[in-house]
Amino acid sequence: MAVKQAAQGGAKYKPLSMTAKEYQAFAKKREPARPVWANCLKAFLVGGTISAFGQAIQYFFMAAFGMDSRQAANPTVAVLILISVVLTCLGVYDKIAQWAGAGTAVPVTGFANSMCSAAIEHRSEGLVLGVGANMFKLAGSVIVFGVVAAFIVGIVHWLIGTGG
Amino acid sequence: MLHGQRTWVFPNPPVIVATGTVVGPDEGEGPLAADFDLVHPDLQMQQPSWEKAERLLMEQAADIAIHKAKLKKEDIQFFVGGDLLNQIISSSFAARSLGTPYIGVFGACSTSMEALALASLIASSGAGDRVLAGTSSHNSTAEKQFRYPTEYGSQKPPTAQYTITGAGAAVVAKSGAGPKVTSATVGRIVDLGIKDPFNMGAAMAPAAVDTIQGHLQDTGREPGYYDLIVTGDLAGVGHPLAAEMLKENGVPMEQTLFADCGLMVYDVAKQKVQAGGSGAACSAVVTYGHLLKRLGKGEIKRILVVATGALLSPLSFQQGESIPCIAHAVSIEA
Repeated sequence: MAVKQAAQGGAKYKPLSMTAKEYQAFAKKREPARPVWANCLKAFLVGGTISAFGQAIQYFFMAAFGMDSRQAANPTVAVLILISVVLTCLGVYDKIAQWAGAGTAVPVTGFANSMCSAAIEHRSEGLVLGVGANMFKLAGSVIVFGVVAAFIVGIVHWLIGTGG
Repeated sequence: MLHGQRTWVFPNPPVIVATGTVVGPDEGEGPLAADFDLVHPDLQMQQPSWEKAERLLMEQAADIAIHKAKLKKEDIQFFVGGDLLNQIISSSFAARSLGTPYIGVFGACSTSMEALALASLIASSGAGDRVLAGTSSHNSTAEKQFRYPTEYGSQKPPTAQYTITGAGAAVVAKSGAGPKVTSATVGRIVDLGIKDPFNMGAAMAPAAVDTIQGHLQDTGREPGYYDLIVTGDLAGVGHPLAAEMLKENGVPMEQTLFADCGLMVYDVAKQKVQAGGSGAACSAVVTYGHLLKRLGKGEIKRILVVATGALLSPLSFQQGESIPCIAHAVSIEA
């Protein structure tokens, strides 16, 4: 619970008399707006470019190694992860992400960045308690909720009789 | 000594005989670069961890200040310091290197003036002749502790602030040549319910207003008594809020210049720092590096530094608590 305190009263100046609610509205009104539409556009462009690039890699594996689209998916993801990890290690992924927003966070590259950045950051605390324990600090919730969502979808799938 | 409710007016104003300021690469590209004693070209500073880099900053700032005061480490009787890291490790480990009696303090980004106020109280009261006040912050240690891994790609909103990398230290003596610390107003917690850790400027602005009004009330001064009233790190979002609230309360701030260290340390339009600088070292390096130099040159004569601090922890934020804030004010006169 927020402790509401007004500034001390004085003969000279009016004390700070806003309530927490009033102040939050006051501050919200003057807050610089987040550039939502520009962010959406950037996310679309960057996310789309990464996805199109991934598609190109997949076609490459299909053409060069005679894989079908399912077989080509794994090496494609591996290449994207590798690029993301290299960019993270070079210290540029976070700079791209500040511009691209969700565009670099949503694709598999964002997942790789979250693990790699945590691993680098906590290397100083050792391999076990640092890297090992912190690598999934950010990615862990993605996995947990991914598994939970898959479980629920699986149950629904089974209940409506379309599953095996 | 005690004036009004919470202001110490020092009868024998202690003197800041020397200061040391060390900053990182981004501050080195900012408009105040020439005023700092040492600029590191990178954030790592050849240290194996970010935490050790921050500790190095604190040690170097202390060494420079002591050296400039023509003293030795042993001459410093007390070190009052703090920083943003858990258990204030930067200051405590720097105190280990210094070997001086140590008082660790924490006031988040207001630590700079909290330490200076206490050091001045010690020097003024005769409890010590030469006291070192210092604080540090490092962009990467703050990101690591309060936000995400430094290389994690997250998009920061325009209200976010950029923790400055640096450390500032001041040798406060009972007497000597230099600017005098004439008074200090101790802040109290003001929390108007802002919960967004990416909008600390808005969270801290009411605390700054409270302390500025408290200081003027206690001392019976008008804002025009000062050539400059400067807040610590309200930055682009918080500073205009504070200015507007002061105006609404009838405080004639137009008598003086009302500025913010977080807006001075960077070229906010050019450097990618969102709303501006923050961090315990923000007000420390701007005050000890830039403002005291201007006092020394006689460009300004009296300043009031109001360092603002957001007293949240990563835990309290995750548990949905709002951000308790504080501001400590210290007046320095040529």
